[in-house]
Amino acid sequence: MTQQELAPPGLQLEGVSKQFDSGEAPVRAVNDVALTVDHGEFIALLGPSGCGKTTTLRLIAGFERVDAGAIDINGTLVANSSVHLPPERRRVGMVFQEYALFPHVSVLANIEFGLRRMAATEKRARTGEILELTGLAGLEGRMPHELSGGQQQRVALARALAPNPALILLDEPFSNLDAGLRARVRAELGNILHAAETTAIFVTHDQEEALSLVDRVAVMLNGSVEQVASPHELYTNPATRSVAEFIGDANFLPGVGHGDTIECELGILATRKQIHGQVDILLRPENIELLAAQPGRPAARVRHSLFFGHDQLITVQLPTGTYLTARLGPSDAYEPDLPLRVAVRSPVIAYPRWY
Amino acid sequence: MRGENGSPAPSRRSIAFQVLRKAYLSGSPGSEREVTRLKVHSYFGILFRGLVLLISLAMLLPLAYLLFRAGGVGWTELLGLMGRTRMLPIMWNSLLLICGVTTLSLALALPFAWLTERTDLPGRKIWTVLAMMPLVIPSYVGGFTLIAMFGPRGVLQELLSPFGVERLPSIYGFTGALWVLTLFTYPYIFMSIRAGLHRFDPSLEEAARSLGYNGLQTFLKVTLPNLRPAITTGGLLVALYTLSDFGAVSLLRFNSFTRAIYVQYLSSFDRNVASLLSLALIVFTIILLLLERNSRGRGRPRYYRSSVGVSGPRKRIELARRKWPALAFCTAVVMAALVLPTGVILYWLVRGLASGESLAPVWAATLNSFRAGALAAVAAAILGLPVAYAAVRMGGRLMSLAARAVYLGYGLPGIVIALSLVFFGANFAPWLYQTLWILVFAYVVRFLPQAMGAMQISLLQMNPRLEEAGRSLGLGNRAVFRRITAPIVRPGVLAGMALVFLTTVKELPATLLLSPTGFSTLATQIWSATDEAFFTRAAAPALVLLAMSAISIFLVLMQEEREVVSG
Repeated sequence: MTQQELAPPGLQLEGVSKQFDSGEAPVRAVNDVALTVDHGEFIALLGPSGCGKTTTLRLIAGFERVDAGAIDINGTLVANSSVHLPPERRRVGMVFQEYALFPHVSVLANIEFGLRRMAATEKRARTGEILELTGLAGLEGRMPHELSGGQQQRVALARALAPNPALILLDEPFSNLDAGLRARVRAELGNILHAAETTAIFVTHDQEEALSLVDRVAVMLNGSVEQVASPHELYTNPATRSVAEFIGDANFLPGVGHGDTIECELGILATRKQIHGQVDILLRPENIELLAAQPGRPAARVRHSLFFGHDQLITVQLPTGTYLTARLGPSDAYEPDLPLRVAVRSPVIAYPRWY
Repeated sequence: MRGENGSPAPSRRSIAFQVLRKAYLSGSPGSEREVTRLKVHSYFGILFRGLVLLISLAMLLPLAYLLFRAGGVGWTELLGLMGRTRMLPIMWNSLLLICGVTTLSLALALPFAWLTERTDLPGRKIWTVLAMMPLVIPSYVGGFTLIAMFGPRGVLQELLSPFGVERLPSIYGFTGALWVLTLFTYPYIFMSIRAGLHRFDPSLEEAARSLGYNGLQTFLKVTLPNLRPAITTGGLLVALYTLSDFGAVSLLRFNSFTRAIYVQYLSSFDRNVASLLSLALIVFTIILLLLERNSRGRGRPRYYRSSVGVSGPRKRIELARRKWPALAFCTAVVMAALVLPTGVILYWLVRGLASGESLAPVWAATLNSFRAGALAAVAAAILGLPVAYAAVRMGGRLMSLAARAVYLGYGLPGIVIALSLVFFGANFAPWLYQTLWILVFAYVVRFLPQAMGAMQISLLQMNPRLEEAGRSLGLGNRAVFRRITAPIVRPGVLAGMALVFLTTVKELPATLLLSPTGFSTLATQIWSATDEAFFTRAAAPALVLLAMSAISIFLVLMQEEREVVSG
């Protein structure tokens, strides 16, 4: 490994594993996770519930000990199988799912909680700055239970930001807000974190949240990080079949790869990457076109349709029996049993089939 | 119409149930159909309200009589009495004992609760049960075990006498009372703190850790402030218990209020002195009760987890090598509060049996205790049901006031009720004085609220809609009562009766003062045998009582569980 004059990454996880002994069998919550977050970057850790993303966060914060692997924050080792820096010495700010505001003290005291080593004037300046940044000025005298959900969330963020941490971790920060509030708070949070220029990771199970808020998303499935990429890359070029299934809607069609092309029921399709043998082709609903059937050739039939107004989902059955769902504009109406021809926008992505 | 087409078979139902049912029919909030029924029963309704009022007034009698007596004392006389009763030293003693017991209890309960609830202490479930078990030991039995262990002619003295130890430092007075009351009341704080810790959101601690506070600083700055309500509630319970306890302080001869009242009652014929002391005790009790209410009801936020959103099981603090001192602490507390007392009782029991101590008096005392307990339980059911019903189902200021009056007896120290009834009986009802009936009455005044609590829970579960559902499913009036009302209310009534029975068997001060001559119960036998240092005679009744007490605590805990579930 070469250690150059490059700034060390804000966070680096290498081969991090953690298992819990729950009753009979130990559960592998986090399995050989590798992740690098650049200094000042804001990334999302996205995965379904139970995939180990919260445990990963707790390992980074120091609330859990790693079984194997290493965690570095700004180039400093904070945890491996023999080292465990206690949470209070990691300079990691945490925004909890339920905010965990101290109910017995005011908003100001909550924010000042991590500033006890500062001189009084310095402290006052810092809290003023943070209150300004988070838009909480004027609320500092309130008790936490006197705040709305969105305000509580901002206090939690302000409290975590105040001591100027090396890293901010946010655990499902929007799950406690109602849908209307969520979009607004999300935008606010993005702005605040951007202004604070802190390295930040937020955990979520909500794709829309992850894809719309950050530059890079780490997809975590069954305890492993399967892909780290930009939202666009994740959606259009998922690294694995599981990622493709988890992000967005996906149809899979069996085929046989011949290098640059794949032979399947819909004909010969161009691929993005060379592939050989039995494959599953990923077809996003919006990449499927439904055209008028050609006389004399076996046709696909409309089986089911859901009309949403701005678009509609049409499920067709191919002559071999496979179902495909297409997302189409609202202009055409599709009657049940209508014969159709299915076309696909290529190039397509395919995954080798190993079952 | 669902008026009177079938009333329940009178012979097969207890009177209490009929009262309840009649009352229910007359009192449920009126829909259109029910208006006619109300008319039919309005006569009964008035009668029923009268009955409830009468019961609650009877429960107020001891307090009223005390006030009446004290009202006859003039101001100058009062000042003289203050001096003669040595009121100030007694107050000081009580205050000292309360502070001592509460502080020491907290010192035992806080670490114990924290260890069992938040750490990976080995065997923490067993430790939790063991920590609560000392509640089973009534204070005078605790006093007996302390004296039988460390007192003159106690176990330790006998063990040490071959080594030339003639006298042990005296355990009588403050030290002994402090120890006994602490060891047998700390579970109140323990349970309260445990519940508080259970509600406490551990992510608050994690938040503090991530803000740069180490384990101890986090505990002091975050955990402890959030436990304050639980500590206050538990502490005030202990303080109230200490203030009203008679058994331990009288056996250990510490001159706090209750003992001073008893001594006055025994030695002088000046009722005014005893009355005045009783009133002062009541004032103290009220202050504590008000503090307790304040601590719960301030408009402050209630500290609890906003929701259970934490993934996976709660993280416990790893004790690692610290588990050895932790285990030593738990063992020491359990040894002192549970193992040693039981051991001492068994020791003296075996010695007594070996030296041919007869068990006949124990048998007689057990029968007497059971008889008094059973009478009190039945009386509490009969008197409690109408009041419980009125509190739950009937509106109106008068009825809720009546129900609250009944609860007053719960706050009064037993010795005060007993003393007031002694004076009342001797002056106004000689035909009642020195009978079992006045004793049973005292029990009912003290323990009716316990029965009512259990009954009210059942009655609250008895939603009127359930009966209407039964009717709509084709059940007649009688069938609705038999298959819906009675089965729902019955467990509460039975639980209430069982509770009254068991607490009555344990009761000491009223039994001591109001028992008819020659009527000896388990409690009085233990008390007098200990007072006269006949430890072998106290052992067998103490053992019987411990068993009974264990059952009663179990019932209370079950009841609380139900309360939590239904509330």
